[in-house]
Amino acid sequence: MTTVTSNVRKQTIARAMAEAIAQEMRADPRVFVMGEDIGQLGGVFGNTRGLFEEFGPERVRDTPISETAFIGAAVGAATDGMRPVVELMFVDFFGVCMDAIYNLMAKNTYFSGGKLSIPVVLMTATGGGYSDAGQHSQCLHATFAHLPGMKVVAPSNAYDAKGLMISAIRDDNPVIYLFHKALQGMGWLGTEPASIVHVPEEAYTVPIGKAATVREGRDVTIVGITSGVHHALKAAEQLDQKGVSAEVIDLRSLVPLDREHVINSVRKTGRLIVVDEDYQSYGVTGEIIASVVEADISMLKSPPKRVAYPDIPIPFSRPMEQWALPNPAKIVAAYESMVK
Amino acid sequence: MTPTREQKIWMYEHMLVSRYLEEMIEEIYMEGKTPAFNMAAGPIPGEMHLSKGQEPCAVGVCVHLKPFDVVTATHRPHHIAVAKGVDLNKMTAEIFGKATGLSGGRGGHMHIFDPDVNFSCSGIIGQSVGPAVGAALSRKLQKKEGVAVAFLGEGAVNQGAFHEGLNLAAVWKLPVIFVIEDNGWGISVPKTASTAVEHNDIRAQAYGIPGHYVPGNNPLEIFRVAGEAIARARRGEGPSLIEIETLRMAGHFMGDAEQYRPKEELAMLKARDPIVAMRTYLMTVDKMSEAEDQEIVTRARKRAEAAIAFAKESPYPRGEEALEKVFV
Repeated sequence: MTTVTSNVRKQTIARAMAEAIAQEMRADPRVFVMGEDIGQLGGVFGNTRGLFEEFGPERVRDTPISETAFIGAAVGAATDGMRPVVELMFVDFFGVCMDAIYNLMAKNTYFSGGKLSIPVVLMTATGGGYSDAGQHSQCLHATFAHLPGMKVVAPSNAYDAKGLMISAIRDDNPVIYLFHKALQGMGWLGTEPASIVHVPEEAYTVPIGKAATVREGRDVTIVGITSGVHHALKAAEQLDQKGVSAEVIDLRSLVPLDREHVINSVRKTGRLIVVDEDYQSYGVTGEIIASVVEADISMLKSPPKRVAYPDIPIPFSRPMEQWALPNPAKIVAAYESMVK
Repeated sequence: MTPTREQKIWMYEHMLVSRYLEEMIEEIYMEGKTPAFNMAAGPIPGEMHLSKGQEPCAVGVCVHLKPFDVVTATHRPHHIAVAKGVDLNKMTAEIFGKATGLSGGRGGHMHIFDPDVNFSCSGIIGQSVGPAVGAALSRKLQKKEGVAVAFLGEGAVNQGAFHEGLNLAAVWKLPVIFVIEDNGWGISVPKTASTAVEHNDIRAQAYGIPGHYVPGNNPLEIFRVAGEAIARARRGEGPSLIEIETLRMAGHFMGDAEQYRPKEELAMLKARDPIVAMRTYLMTVDKMSEAEDQEIVTRARKRAEAAIAFAKESPYPRGEEALEKVFV
């Protein structure tokens, strides 16, 4: 077997996102970008780097700190034929602009009886683990996924990041695009090396609403999204040492949710663990488990388990935050408690 | 309204305390973060927004306040907290994430809460406004003494919270003062690119309240304008808006290379240091001697050193303490 290293083009999620946006901007003059510090700075999280230089201030617009105004404006521009990509710097800032998101962006298609399309991509940074405390570290997966009318995607690696971004921009519906800071590939936030993968140069899509099996296994299904996928893969390695074969599913999208994919896996393994960095109650973990139980409870050999963030605001202090976060050891422990 | 010599010395000393504390924090923050800068590493992880250069705004306003007065601040809160009399040891311990911190390590540097002196802050832009308006309303309803001061950055004035809060305070004639610290930059975006008016004092007109612009980052001028606004609020005559021209001597947060900032502006920072200017002023106008200066400097430095030592020596909280204090 020969290794063709010349074809490998490893990229960070940040770069993959920027490349996807640039390619769509070249192909479609209706695509433009708005947000705070997304111009000359290239985005606080690097995902618009190079766009300002290539497309200029008319199509890559730094905004005032006025999320209600520019996300509302994205809805208006999209309704009038543009395809805005807007950035809410931290997902935690949704509080100042949620009306524009869930009462306008998410509902205007429905209110218009399907006549209006609102092709907005709202990209926003999630996740903690680096001691940024409770207003800059949340995931809020369920907050967005709960509200009808918006698609929600969240990549765990650069390949999916590019493909999902292109799908999101081409989609005629609003898409919330969540990217996790620890996977972003910005050195100052630390970086999960497994999120940096080969990214083809040409434009391609990853379908919204399709999960992926990122590791095949027989004994237990571990489901995650963004950081949860990486914890699950590490846990699967550890379980493998103990002779346990774990299957890992990356949901990639929360809306639409690929329930069938999870159900088919659990039908094979009979056991289910769901990992989520978002708050546990009323969240993704509960939704996945409910979907499996509703489909066929008899395929479960043991009660399902969840490894999620406890129902507390995110603490600043490192020992408390690290204690609260999901990690591979908690997933392994969850499996062991299932088979005891 | 002019400050007494004693008030001037108070302002100078509190500027120094804030500056020394931040210089020590700056050095410790970088521990474990070189050669590769990873925000999660070192004894002080997370974001660190230094206030150096903005000290005049804090002391020129807070010198007029009592512990019972309310202050709400921003993600860049250290100088204001120092001037408002927040417990320095416990605040520093909080910044280090220690169990002895003001919030037992739950808040960190963007979430400094000291109810003993009615100080709080928020990491969300513009969210100092509503709570200050509410505190002022509470004082009015309870017929309790005290005013509220909301500090905010010039970048925050394009948030709805600012405009809604100003109108509410004006229509209810509440004892609240809005203090905009205009350092010219919202992270990488200059004020000229984000705000449609040159100075925000003009926006006060839209809400029928007095607006003041204070150029020069000068504690004495800030003292005068803030003193009048606070006295007005204490007399029950309603809110005021003050915009202060100040100086961000550091990046938005530590690790920010500031490539977006004009080199000439960066080169001028040291020359525009307001503490140096204040020292010169005191020496020339108030005949502060070298010996008196040394005494003040030493006192300020010792307070900062003691706070750092307290923070360093304090234990971390246990992980499971994260579950506590969600409700009272």
